[in-house]
Amino acid sequence: MKKLMLGNEAVARGLYEAGCRLVSSYPGTPSTEITEYAAKYDEIYAEWAPNEKVALETALGASVAGGRSACCMKHVGLNVAADPLFIGSYVGVGGGMLIIVADDPGMHSSQNEQDSRHYAEASKLPMLEPSNSEECIEFVKSGFELSEQFDTPVIIRLSTRISHSQGLVELSDRVERELVKYVKDPTKRVMTPANAKPRHIKVEERLESLSEYAETCEFNRIETSDNGNSVGIITSGTCYNYAREVFGNSASYLKIGMVFPLPENKIKEFASNCGRVIVIEELDDYIESFCKKIGVNVDGKNLLPKTDEFSQDLLREKLLGVKTESVSLDDKIPGRPPVLCPGCPHRGVFYVFKKLKLYVSGDIGCYTLGAAPPLSAIDTTFCMGASVSSIHGFNKIRPELAGKSVAVIGDSTFMHSGITGLVNLVYNKGQSTLVILDNRITAMTGHQDNPSTGRTLKEEPTYAVMPEDIALAVGVKKEHIRTVDPLDISEFEKILKEELSSDEPSVIVCRRPCALLKGVARLPAYHVDTDKCKSCRACMTIGCPCISMTDGKAKIDATLCTGCGLCIKLCRFGAIYGGNE
Amino acid sequence: MNETKNIMIVGVGGQGSLLASRIIGNAVLLKGYDVKVSEVHGMSQRGGSVVTYVRYGEKVWSPVICRGEADVIMSFELLEAARWLPYLKKEGIIVVNTQKINPMPVITGALDYPDQLAEKIKDKGVKLVAADTLQLAKEAGNERTSNVALIGLMGKYLGLDIETLKESVKISVPAKFLEVNLKAFELGYNYEK
Repeated sequence: MKKLMLGNEAVARGLYEAGCRLVSSYPGTPSTEITEYAAKYDEIYAEWAPNEKVALETALGASVAGGRSACCMKHVGLNVAADPLFIGSYVGVGGGMLIIVADDPGMHSSQNEQDSRHYAEASKLPMLEPSNSEECIEFVKSGFELSEQFDTPVIIRLSTRISHSQGLVELSDRVERELVKYVKDPTKRVMTPANAKPRHIKVEERLESLSEYAETCEFNRIETSDNGNSVGIITSGTCYNYAREVFGNSASYLKIGMVFPLPENKIKEFASNCGRVIVIEELDDYIESFCKKIGVNVDGKNLLPKTDEFSQDLLREKLLGVKTESVSLDDKIPGRPPVLCPGCPHRGVFYVFKKLKLYVSGDIGCYTLGAAPPLSAIDTTFCMGASVSSIHGFNKIRPELAGKSVAVIGDSTFMHSGITGLVNLVYNKGQSTLVILDNRITAMTGHQDNPSTGRTLKEEPTYAVMPEDIALAVGVKKEHIRTVDPLDISEFEKILKEELSSDEPSVIVCRRPCALLKGVARLPAYHVDTDKCKSCRACMTIGCPCISMTDGKAKIDATLCTGCGLCIKLCRFGAIYGGNE
Repeated sequence: MNETKNIMIVGVGGQGSLLASRIIGNAVLLKGYDVKVSEVHGMSQRGGSVVTYVRYGEKVWSPVICRGEADVIMSFELLEAARWLPYLKKEGIIVVNTQKINPMPVITGALDYPDQLAEKIKDKGVKLVAADTLQLAKEAGNERTSNVALIGLMGKYLGLDIETLKESVKISVPAKFLEVNLKAFELGYNYEK
């Protein structure tokens, strides 16, 4: 029987059926669930690595050892993993190896909208792009075959609408595979210039073979229209679905499943049978540029945007000039942006930052929400780990602001790429203050374990790395490594002021588990005594979703309140009561 | 069934749209239709506005629903019904729980929660069915079945028979909560105002 399956789960199913033995990943929306689902299969060893570079290198090592392996990440994770990506291309594989990357057009949960297809071209690795859950299983399985046939890692490109859509799939059994025999061969795997030069020649030869393969492989298929070939559409991935929805059988399609290398002759042949060719692709003009390079005249980004995700509605409007009618209210509908959860231990930290009017160098995680009103505490958010490294640069140029500036990072992001920034800060005689929000979990992506949680993805207990120990080991002085409960905001403020006034690097660890973690006790709710409430709105400055003003007085929603008690510390009139008191 | 049926489930992060899409998805599978469900994870889980698309028919291509395309919008919250109204087809229907959850701009006092939303939507000539499904859930015996009561309320407009929907509730909820969920479903299905 057919089963309804999430794209990411289907990718994991494909890994399972293909006999994959190892998956190493770092979580990142929209890729996270692949590795979580893979971990549920006893036959697959799956782990969370501290970052994507480590994950890709781990998968590469497993491939050298002869097992089929994979690593999964979001698009920006591939930037972190780019170094071993390019070397993996030279080294090739033992057991088949997949690099699975999920782009996020429309930035549902990302800081940029980059197009990973350029990485395939730059690293000279073949890239496959499925268009639904069923193809997720198929392409993963054939991806391993391709990897072993051509001695190359293979990139699988997903996007949010593939990863997070469910479609029907047929399941097959797992096929176990013998390990590929390991034979020592430094000329293939020790990438010194002397060895890498002949490997580069091999890479170019491989690319030629892959280009020939692309012409006839089943990943790329032509679907001919019922009514002649007036309009031809070249497309791939989720865009294929939008195109089919809008043009149905009235157009012909060249559906590209292998987006690198592209099939030159097939494209020329397809175009020669069509009156007009349109390339439909999200983000960059990647296929379009190739078509123009080989002399095929196409429409594409002259009609369609390079930004945001596509839909059938967008294609109808931009390509057919049809606008769908719709109804809307005249009222202004207030937005509903994501917020820090009730009881979130990060909230008080940002309240104190704002109160002290600090320059705040932020990072990637739930705590990026500290940038939103009413906390509005963050000055910069770049990429994973950048809070620590960039505050150092900021303070080198403006040392007079060292006492008025701070970097803030979560536990998982610190493990990912904050540590090297801290090493730099100490080594190069910086004086910045780093606040580590240690909530014992990777919360933003939905509670994944990390090196500081003391538990593996396979739910085994393991050593828990403590940020304080790392700070000490890289040379932060013991007296400048402080630990505090972030719900105790007066103590945090006192410690923060002390460390900001110091000329040496400091690390303050704010430790309290995420309020949503299983096993975190919910305390009795707080309430407002409306007779005592003076309507000063002090409790409203922390952006707690439980607190609102009703009939001019503060009101706490007792069904949402976790009893964290932050609000009671802000009320000067003793109007808030309850909780544990 | 020639046309693809488009159902949108909208609400506030954490309200239980996942179960709703699973129940509809399973019911559609029982009928042997093609189906696609699309949801967005990540930022939307932090109390933000969330939307899930369910599409079914003989052959479904796109996983998303666009403006003017939804046959049914099922909303866990009033303001969210108003937000996603432009996605409704001209002859579509909105099924809404009358619960109100203030978003941050309302909490901070930057904007007001618009009043009379259900009436204003109806004034636009839109068919809207509203019920306090939390109350129905209490009647069923468990407040947490509010979303299943809402699915029941929507049940009549899905183009699926009640037996199939009940069968789907059976395979979609934990066995020990089956009875109370079925009760909530029927209270919703038979609700009349």
